[in-house]
Amino acid sequence: MTVSVDQIWGWLDEVPDPEIPVISVVDLGIVREVVLEGETVTVAVTPTYSGCPATSVISMDIETALRDRGIKDVKIETRIAPPWTTDWLSEKGRSRLEDYGIAPPQAAGGPEKCPHCGSRNVTRVSQFGSTPCKAHWRCSDCLEPFDYFKCI
Amino acid sequence: MTRDMAFFEFLCRMGDNTLVLGHRVSEWCGHAPVLEEDIALANTALDLIGQTQMWLGLAGEVEGEGRSADDLAMLRDAWDFRNVLLAEQPNGDFGQTMMRQYLFDQAHVLLLQKLAGSSDERVAGIAAKAVKEVAYHVERSRDTVIGLGDGTSESHRRMQAALDLLWPYAGEMFTDDEVSGIMAGEGIAPEPSSLRAAWDAAVQETMSEATLVIPDSDFAHAGGKTGFRHSEHLGHMLTQMQWLQRAYPGARW
Repeated sequence: MTVSVDQIWGWLDEVPDPEIPVISVVDLGIVREVVLEGETVTVAVTPTYSGCPATSVISMDIETALRDRGIKDVKIETRIAPPWTTDWLSEKGRSRLEDYGIAPPQAAGGPEKCPHCGSRNVTRVSQFGSTPCKAHWRCSDCLEPFDYFKCI
Repeated sequence: MTRDMAFFEFLCRMGDNTLVLGHRVSEWCGHAPVLEEDIALANTALDLIGQTQMWLGLAGEVEGEGRSADDLAMLRDAWDFRNVLLAEQPNGDFGQTMMRQYLFDQAHVLLLQKLAGSSDERVAGIAAKAVKEVAYHVERSRDTVIGLGDGTSESHRRMQAALDLLWPYAGEMFTDDEVSGIMAGEGIAPEPSSLRAAWDAAVQETMSEATLVIPDSDFAHAGGKTGFRHSEHLGHMLTQMQWLQRAYPGARW
């Protein structure tokens, strides 16, 4: 079987993040490198938060996805340096997050606008949210609560 | 003491601090005063436990006797733990928990900033990752200490009591010894005493904003990070944390 590294990146872009299934593990920016050596594929993965329980699920999902495509020898390498940053989120990932109701990260440290109604009148409820990567905000106009993807 | 022995001790200090404090904070899960705080505490605990896996994982590697992060966390008894006494102090009320968190976070963030430039690239890598999470922790614990200190008369009273209670446990984070001397000599980690001035300045500013008075005493309990004399609380905590391995030795998922 002949595969190219580009093809593998394409397959990985179909592996959803287990917590936020609208974006792929590639969109999330945690797949740092794909190396093809003979029959062996090595995927370097950088965890988002050190204690994120999704990390081990993600590695398993990547392995399963590649095996389903006929790759028998898959190695997952955890790479912690340089540390993951939300700058690595893809543009596609950012817009999908917003469509899904999660405000994408902003360098200013808070959401640009409410992902539901677009209002800029938003307030922080809590610095933490339903997963380590999110904070809890609320729109003061439509009054809906929403998740904000923290900028780190 | 050889370099590797000191390095192992240092890594256990890092990992045991995050493990013991992480476990303590996780005890709040399902019990915090409001849902948002419950989630915030659980997330903080999760970060700390994640950092533990990296520190104790590296400790096992440096020791070279095949012990994993799990082995070190679950199969040692109190006297082998190297966390500072502050980390093992009981949660008390929510204010006491947040005061303990702030005093620790403020020192933790200063230390990790230095460790990100460690001569050992594995240490630098873990620190560079952890410091992003801890910067977030200190922002929240600082805000909470200020909010409750400068809050109602009841919350102020509780925060002052928490500061008075925990202050004698803060000094241990800044004492130097043979282990820290070897680490500093190797360029792996700074002497803890070198962080004290920056910590004092930050804490002074926070407490003044919180309208709280820092006790006029430098007395500091010792014995946690050397393992010489932990407080009684650690043993009780370990009976909970290590229950599964004690009841069913060698149990696996």
